[in-house]
Amino acid sequence: MSIAYQIAVCAGIVPDPLQTLDPVAGPAGPALKNEMMLPAVLDPWAAHALYEAANLARQHAGSKVWLVSLSPKAKLQQVMMTVAQKAPFELIAIDGPSSGFTDSAAVAAALAAAIEGIPGLDRSRLLVFGGWESASRGAGATMQVVGELLGITEQFQGVDELTAGPDGSLRILERIEGGCHQVSVCAGPPALLGWATGKLPEPRNNPQVGMANMRSILPALQKARPAVLGPAGAQFHGVALPKQQRQTRIVKDAPVEEIAREIAAWIRGE
Amino acid sequence: MKMEPVLVLLHTEADGALAKAALEVLAAAVAGRAPVDVGLVGSVVQPAADRVAGCGARRFLAVEGEEFAQPRYATDAAAAEALARASGAPLIFAPASSRWMRVLPGVAHRLGGCADTHVTSLSRQDGKPVITRWYYRQRMEAALERAARPWVILLESGCYEAWSGAPGTARLERLPVTAAPRTRVEGVQAPQSGQQTIRPDAALLFVAGAGWTKNQADGKPHVAEAEKLILEFLDRTQCSLGSSKSLVDLSGEGQAVLGFLSHLNQVGQTGSTPRHPKGLATCCHGEEPHVVGWRFVTERRAVNLDANCGWARGKADVVYVADAFAVMAKLNELLRS
Ligand SMILES: Cc1cc2nc3c(=O)[nH]c(=O)nc-3n(C[C@H](O)[C@H](O)[C@H](O)COP(=O)(O)OP(=O)(O)OC[C@H]3O[C@@H](n4cnc5c(N)ncnc54)[C@H](O)[C@@H]3O)c2cc1C
Repeated sequence: MSIAYQIAVCAGIVPDPLQTLDPVAGPAGPALKNEMMLPAVLDPWAAHALYEAANLARQHAGSKVWLVSLSPKAKLQQVMMTVAQKAPFELIAIDGPSSGFTDSAAVAAALAAAIEGIPGLDRSRLLVFGGWESASRGAGATMQVVGELLGITEQFQGVDELTAGPDGSLRILERIEGGCHQVSVCAGPPALLGWATGKLPEPRNNPQVGMANMRSILPALQKARPAVLGPAGAQFHGVALPKQQRQTRIVKDAPVEEIAREIAAWIRGE
Repeated sequence: MKMEPVLVLLHTEADGALAKAALEVLAAAVAGRAPVDVGLVGSVVQPAADRVAGCGARRFLAVEGEEFAQPRYATDAAAAEALARASGAPLIFAPASSRWMRVLPGVAHRLGGCADTHVTSLSRQDGKPVITRWYYRQRMEAALERAARPWVILLESGCYEAWSGAPGTARLERLPVTAAPRTRVEGVQAPQSGQQTIRPDAALLFVAGAGWTKNQADGKPHVAEAEKLILEFLDRTQCSLGSSKSLVDLSGEGQAVLGFLSHLNQVGQTGSTPRHPKGLATCCHGEEPHVVGWRFVTERRAVNLDANCGWARGKADVVYVADAFAVMAKLNELLRS
């Protein structure tokens, strides 16, 4: 039994991790300094979810992947220039903030509504994918609420592997404590998976896939509706950078013997 | 001042006991001097309840049974929801374990409340809780409060001393909960290499970077030697093994790599944020996306050939500019004696 899956991948965008980030106090709460100027990337764990979705869709004829993104549409368009070349998908864009300081529940409501709006949505074939945690809010709390709103009670987080069985079942490996995985078998869709790194390397850019995707991406960006986010639930007392600068002692030209001795003493707590 | 009551939500481990992180959350709740309820989920929870019977809780609520033995969204969400409704406490504290992290944000939604995860400290201002948590993968720390209730707060481990009162006999109030999951939990898979290398409770974190697989002074890589040095060190110190992203990514690219490493070892922006008291980085450049994963590693030292590596710029306490192959060989020798 091969199922033609409908896979909705929820993915935000985040500042490139190589950038320096500074918090500032804005009128609507905390924000990042020059947020709109920072180069952005697709949220890394959500990007893995996209690659896994494309891989699953390839193996199951008739499957389709949607990329559902709540982000500022001008920035999303930039990010799509590369992401579009990675895997075939149809974009559903919602124009709104990508800030880590927005409320996960409000973001979830916007994402769930967008998924419900997919024409011909069939829950018996639906897999909702997303990143386990974002690189912005880093809460690991958005996807569960998306699942609740869509009535999906088979949910998995920190997923590294999904195998679809011949009987339509889904064997799923989730990260748990101590470097182990929990192994579960879900009877079948609908299910929600928050992905960690997964098992696939980042796909190479494929300009042909990019061209095909772009035909739907540009109209999707044009018709992206502004998100109506619920009230900000949190009242921030402050956001600060850590006092991270240490007084580093640099040991140079010391004999290996001496270095090893010093490290051994440090490890032993002497 | 009237303190809002707290429900402490705990689950038992596979052996029926409570994890240290569970006792830490209990300690944090009890310290607030608010009325406390304890809610327990597991296959048989009386021994766990007895363990904390002396904590001063008003009620010990329980959801018990075989279907609650293992972590699973459908059953855990139903159990947590029932416990929260039975207690009615406006504040719900829980450890940020993989089990509770999977379900509690969804449960908060069911209860019409809100949730915050990865909380690192908890204080009270005018009787109201104020939490701190990190944003942008440990780059900046925020303090915040919320008006919505119930407010589910998932506390990171290692932020509080574990509760350590005397055991006793707890009077359990068992709640009937049914759930019809479509998922069967098969069990736990240990790391594929068979090497248990991730040890959250170890005193030391040892991080290996991509340098271990790069060409060395003789123009060649020495991966087999690197493996041997690292494994002996792990064995002698029983430390936890972390890695940079570059090193674990190499295996995906078909390069010679250290066979016992996987993405689970990866520390940093898209990896883990371990909490060891000491960390030693070797052959790792100390770039910011890696070092954000070291936020909670207290004492940091690094061995690198490059005196200008990231660690040297205020990210480590000590940087040894030296060949890690030579240093580790000597260090192993010293640890042998
Ligand atoms: C979206 C994104 C997310 C990322 N997330 C992460 C993350 O989660 N974790 C992470 O680690 N990185 C992450 N990175 C990558 C990060 O920016 C760095 O590229 C990476 O950490 C570099 O790994 P490295 O230091 O092991 O390797 P390299 O940069 O190759 O450094 C190797 C080091 O080894 C040293 N060396 C070589 N031989 C020896 C020797 N014999 N003795 C001593 N030293 C030696 C060299 O001097 C050098 O400093 C991310 C990047 C991006 C873009």
